Amino acid sequence: MRFRPGWQRGLIELRQSFTNPAELTSHFLWPVLMLIALFFLRHRDFGSTGLLLGALALPSILGMNAAMGMVSMSQLLTADRADGTLLRAKAIPNGMVCYLIGKLVSVAGGLLVDLAILLIPGLIIVDGIALGSAHWFTLVWVLLLGLVATLPIGAVLGSLLTTARSQGLIQLPMLALIAISGIFYPITALPGWLQFIGQLTPIYWMGLGMRSALLPSDAVTVELANSWRHLETAAVLGIWAVAGLLLAPAVLRRTARHESGSKLTDRREQALRRVT
Amino acid sequence: MRYGDTEVLHDVSFDAGAGEVIALLGPNGAGKSTTIEILEGFRLRSAGRVEVLGVDPAAGDERWRSRVGIVLQSWRDHGNWRVRELLHHLGSYYAPYATPWPADELLDAVGLAAQAKQKIRTLSGGQRRRLDVAIGIVGRPDILFLDEPTAGFDPEARYEFHELVRGLAVDQGTTILLTTHDLDEARKLAHRILVLAAGRIIASGTASQLIAAADVGSLEDAYLALVRQEHR
Repeated sequence: MRFRPGWQRGLIELRQSFTNPAELTSHFLWPVLMLIALFFLRHRDFGSTGLLLGALALPSILGMNAAMGMVSMSQLLTADRADGTLLRAKAIPNGMVCYLIGKLVSVAGGLLVDLAILLIPGLIIVDGIALGSAHWFTLVWVLLLGLVATLPIGAVLGSLLTTARSQGLIQLPMLALIAISGIFYPITALPGWLQFIGQLTPIYWMGLGMRSALLPSDAVTVELANSWRHLETAAVLGIWAVAGLLLAPAVLRRTARHESGSKLTDRREQALRRVT
Repeated sequence: MRYGDTEVLHDVSFDAGAGEVIALLGPNGAGKSTTIEILEGFRLRSAGRVEVLGVDPAAGDERWRSRVGIVLQSWRDHGNWRVRELLHHLGSYYAPYATPWPADELLDAVGLAAQAKQKIRTLSGGQRRRLDVAIGIVGRPDILFLDEPTAGFDPEARYEFHELVRGLAVDQGTTILLTTHDLDEARKLAHRILVLAAGRIIASGTASQLIAAADVGSLEDAYLALVRQEHR
């Protein structure tokens, strides 16, 4: 009851993001570009594996999009702090927790729609992907657990980074982590220490889970230990999820503690000075 | 209250009863916003005793928070939300503690009924300010804090706003603390005026008491005399 406004907030924001032209464009732009690329790759083989490149790329693209949800979460938080949304949340009962719930719901919801926009036509374009009911089940649990594991971490990053400029910088390490996470290139081809770092991130396990759901079973030969490692996937993503959910409200509260009307006024005056 | 070694507030003592309207006057940098932010629980004090609705604001829980109304100076938050939608949504946070003000009724009261379905980013400055006030009172607070509420209002909006504040104090018994630079506003609205200068309350009383004490003809003269005296 006390946290229901958070859920409603998420749904309202989700609806808004699909009813305003700018955000609607960004929902469709990347999936459509990716689909065009997949269309042209659809008959190309990948090395000697006998697998089609398009089939290998689809789960990777899904995994990357899901991982980037962390970045957008972080950016949204920084923006909401700058414009006073966070301060308003602080001024009302249960406002901070509901704000966080709302953001998780709207970002996760938007991401799932984006992934569907990509996945459904992708399955038609790309050959060599078999989706039985067991595969769907894997896809759904990996995605949901993966989002719960990554989005709160995004909220923590967004609380710690104060400016839009530092938000720009966070993209680089994120791309580096995605690069070593096995999403675009088999992790078995990387040196051992990079494999180790890659496996600490939730991104690797999300990508692995997606590949296990979407690729035929002989694709497992390019993975570590020749296994999809579902148990380990659930364990690592679970640990990240618990850590993020425990950490995010505390960090957000700490950030909000420093927000006040006069801080906001200062920022507004600075922004106006920059414009004039 | 201090920042590092600089004490910004050092002698600020007052109390307020239910339904009382208090105006906090003073030059920029006198500590008006700091005082209000301590009372709102937005800022921690370094010393002294503060109670709002019987609770130390630094330790106020969500129930306490639901009884405290804060009118923020909004800037550009919730730009994609529609006016009625946001007001109704924010009202729902108070539902476990009280009966929030119905959004339509409240929009009528602040003169925003015609803008109910507009996106907030399309409101004028004065309209946004009135929405801020509506958000501040949607939970029917027992105490309301307003930091320079009418900055940027045209005379008509200002008049309507004064009527609204008076109605809150009289009909709902809401205690109101507002800061302002507008002496006329303080004279019209406040039961009691506090003059804050350099972190200290240098005068307190009704407008006529302040005028009589300074032995001058208007509140403006009394205020100027007090503040100049402090500068010397």
